[in-house]
Amino acid sequence: MGGSILGNRVLRKEDPKFLTTGGVYVDDLLDEPLLHNAVHVTYARSSVAHGHILSIDTSEAAAMPGVIAVFTGADLGLQPVPSAFNPAATRTLLATDKVRYVGEPLAIIVSETREQGEDASEAIIVDYDVLEALVDVEKAMASSLHLYEACGSNVVFDTTALGIPENSGEAFFAGCEVVVTGRYINQRVAPCPLEVRGAAAAWGPDGRLTQWLSTQHAQGAPAPIAAANGVDVSQVRVKTPDVGGGFGAKIGTYPEDLLLGVVAKRVGRPVRWRETRSESMVGLGHGRAQLQFITIGGSRNGKVSHYQMHAIQDSGAWVDMGTILAPFMTRPMSSGVYAIPNIECRTTSVVTNTTPTVAYRGAGRPEATAAIERAMDMFAAEIGMDAAEVRRVNLIPKFMEPHTTAIGGTYDVGDYEESLNRTLEASDYAGWRKKQAERRANNDPKQLGIGVSVYVEITGGVGTGESAKVEVLDDGSARIYTGTSPHGQGHDTSWSMLASEQTGIPMDKIELVWGDTDLVPVGTGTMGSRSLQQGGNAVYSVAGTLAEKAKSVAARLLEANEADIVLDKDKGIFHVAGTPAVSKTWADLALAEKSTGGLVHSDIIGVVGPTFPFGAHVGIVEVDTETGKVTHIAHYACDDAGTVLNPMLLEGQIHGGVAQGAAQALLEEVRYDDDGNPITSNLADYAFISAAEMPSVNVIHMETPTPNNLIGAKGIGESGTIGSTPALQSAVIDAVSHLGVRHIDMPTTAERVWSAIQQAR
Amino acid sequence: MIPAPFDYKRASSAAEAISLVSEYGEDAKFLAGGHSLLPLMKLRLAQPAVLIDIARITDLSYIRDAGNHIAIGAMTRHMDVEKSPIVLQHAPLLANAASHVGDPQVRHRGTIGGSIAHADSASDLPATTLAMGATYVAQGPNGTREIPANEFYVGFLESALAPDEMLTEIRVPKMNGATWGFQKFNRRAQDWAIVGVAAWKRGNEAGVALVNMGSVPVLATSVSQAIANGASIAEAAELAAAEAEPQSDLNASAEYRVHLSKVLVRRALESTNA
Repeated sequence: MGGSILGNRVLRKEDPKFLTTGGVYVDDLLDEPLLHNAVHVTYARSSVAHGHILSIDTSEAAAMPGVIAVFTGADLGLQPVPSAFNPAATRTLLATDKVRYVGEPLAIIVSETREQGEDASEAIIVDYDVLEALVDVEKAMASSLHLYEACGSNVVFDTTALGIPENSGEAFFAGCEVVVTGRYINQRVAPCPLEVRGAAAAWGPDGRLTQWLSTQHAQGAPAPIAAANGVDVSQVRVKTPDVGGGFGAKIGTYPEDLLLGVVAKRVGRPVRWRETRSESMVGLGHGRAQLQFITIGGSRNGKVSHYQMHAIQDSGAWVDMGTILAPFMTRPMSSGVYAIPNIECRTTSVVTNTTPTVAYRGAGRPEATAAIERAMDMFAAEIGMDAAEVRRVNLIPKFMEPHTTAIGGTYDVGDYEESLNRTLEASDYAGWRKKQAERRANNDPKQLGIGVSVYVEITGGVGTGESAKVEVLDDGSARIYTGTSPHGQGHDTSWSMLASEQTGIPMDKIELVWGDTDLVPVGTGTMGSRSLQQGGNAVYSVAGTLAEKAKSVAARLLEANEADIVLDKDKGIFHVAGTPAVSKTWADLALAEKSTGGLVHSDIIGVVGPTFPFGAHVGIVEVDTETGKVTHIAHYACDDAGTVLNPMLLEGQIHGGVAQGAAQALLEEVRYDDDGNPITSNLADYAFISAAEMPSVNVIHMETPTPNNLIGAKGIGESGTIGSTPALQSAVIDAVSHLGVRHIDMPTTAERVWSAIQQAR
Repeated sequence: MIPAPFDYKRASSAAEAISLVSEYGEDAKFLAGGHSLLPLMKLRLAQPAVLIDIARITDLSYIRDAGNHIAIGAMTRHMDVEKSPIVLQHAPLLANAASHVGDPQVRHRGTIGGSIAHADSASDLPATTLAMGATYVAQGPNGTREIPANEFYVGFLESALAPDEMLTEIRVPKMNGATWGFQKFNRRAQDWAIVGVAAWKRGNEAGVALVNMGSVPVLATSVSQAIANGASIAEAAELAAAEAEPQSDLNASAEYRVHLSKVLVRRALESTNA
């Protein structure tokens, strides 16, 4: 018997397709019979951030070449829909009486070609009574002008309304020797998947609506699509083609998705929609956007005893997913990896005249980590303690049973000090500190900065398990049906490894099916780093059960006791123990079962609970003190994701995660002018990070399996993003801390760094 | 991200291109590598009615040693300028600047003539050729004329070319052993410069031009003057922005640009590349 395939660097099965002929994305569905003769939908969008709509004149657009129809919300009879997170906030899927951000859809052009639709969208004339744009959360909180009048406030969600007491203010820190306060901006960023949003819709001869959707969660889409189309959910089938990234922003459905069936019905033809990048930068949800007020207190020996945060979450112009990340993701993780006996955390979510915020890689946890890590560094700077040392003295000691923090977060297992030790050693932290001291002594214009972060996050917080079905076909190949939804992660490879391990069926004879709600009706999709620990776990379990089922079939065919049957996984055959000469293949068994429903097993496999990956990052930057320019020169990442299924996939996730985390620390920021006009709505203006801005990432191995699922796996999809951002922000500040700089907000652009140096001097 | 409708004409010679542009007048735009014009068209910031594609005029793609100068055909790609042994030997500052344009894809498509004719003060090659004292050759219905680089850039994205004229050649004086430096300060490798500096120095003689320090590429004559008068590089660099009128934008304040220009001019002049 050969060794297990699990834990090996198995090449990605899906790469030849993506690297050669290309995947089939929603915009590539040219041969799909149901989409034959489809028309194109273009959305006309608001050009002002806040205003009452006085009139929408579509007549000129309707007369333009190739235009089949133009619809406003009034034309379609759209009714207000409440937010799932605050029902007092309601909107129509096309703005009818009020616009609340630049880019909000307000009319639909249906045309023969996409280009004709774009031309016609410029001919739609909207008369606005322009209102003051509330771009900034503090301004919006103070304003008597409310985006949603029925809410009575621009505050749309607050932990005090959940019965959580308000923070107690300065009194909380009465016994502390050292108290440090901070105001941090965890800036708004754009997810920027390479594939922008897109969808297509067709009503079939059976009266059902099929909608193709670039999504992370097909099974979540039929209900809102059915509601928008006024049909029963059974009448909607959602299919997911290849998806070119989502990063959280493609979890939910958008108005542009929901109205396609309505339009298809109106014009009597199937429809296609694909946004442009310029639209995507304002239409796809944004991430982060938290303003944090923190106070940290403790003793001069470095022990932190008190921590208080008030996080103001910018919801943007709709009460979407972003609204609830602060209370339900940031707050429970606000203690980070530290044993802080006294913590208070209030969160307040506020609507503004900006693009709505949604989940974005890390979704609430990076914000928690950035806050506590920055606070730790400021506390350390105040008492003159080393960044690594202040962390060490405050870490929660190793625990192998669930541990609950003072704020109420319950972590599964953790050994934070070990991850810190490994990272400090692998990075030669002491060596970098020595080099830094030399450059400081020489007054070198280019200074070194060293940033340390230690983090814990929550993964698999969404869903309590996942569906899986494994069936073996006549030819001995297998098909896996999963409720997860790959869009870059490599589930085809991972799930094949898990099923192959259980069945002995070779990976190249295993096919993966996902994202089609007729074929996989139950699924929670891919988000929150849940896929392997829930979806992979389910495949592993179901494939294992199927192998046991198969043994009973083999026993029948071989006329033996089931207990005597063994599965030779190297050969993929069943035989009686000790007599391998007489055997049955998977194909034999599948054929034998064909008349009785086939050789198949399907189940929903639960997990014990979410898992809490942790780790430590050391980021090294060089800062040109004459210009403020920051160069990321080295990075060391220890991300403990429990049992590792495929180290190559793990490293890929860390590389990408570090890139996006570095991008937030150093480069990216969605910006608006005072009137709410977006000024970073293309990839020339928005500083989307590229490979040229990245050093090689040194991945440091550590595995602490979780007891919460069968395979010991925790999530890895977001860890790199969570650990790298604070390490790099701290590194930049560290590089100029000897000049008196204590804090620089993200992104740490050259001008910000230069200005901070000027102010400190 | 989808351009407004336009007509497309393809010219196979400079003469045909000029005849086409004479026919369509100011509604027409030349399309060379397309890496300046097409992004503007996709954002609908430029909406020419007619594009005259000159990218296939292959006899305008050349690099020749012309004695005291290098002659470069307008349709020569950035990558060819960057790698040319002639340019590397006699005008290394230009080769280096070309290597900083955009990214490899841009450099394989974009042309030196297209970049100069677009007259974007944020582009690398207008300022670089200005610092080097280049001469541009324009061809129109009535023949050709030479335009000195320091008379070429007249306003934001506006050059001295007449609507029916086409840039055909760039003439760059040989550097004859001058030291040189090219400093490009940007956020990301493929970005336009927030501020850039092209400079050369030979004894008390120096040429310095600034990228993105105003609506046109800026010849920093005060710096050259100071060097000629015996000032140190550090002293001269303090005058970097004397001729500039930088703007504040998304990427930098005017004040910061002024500061950067001084640091970058000093570094460019201190460079010992030769």
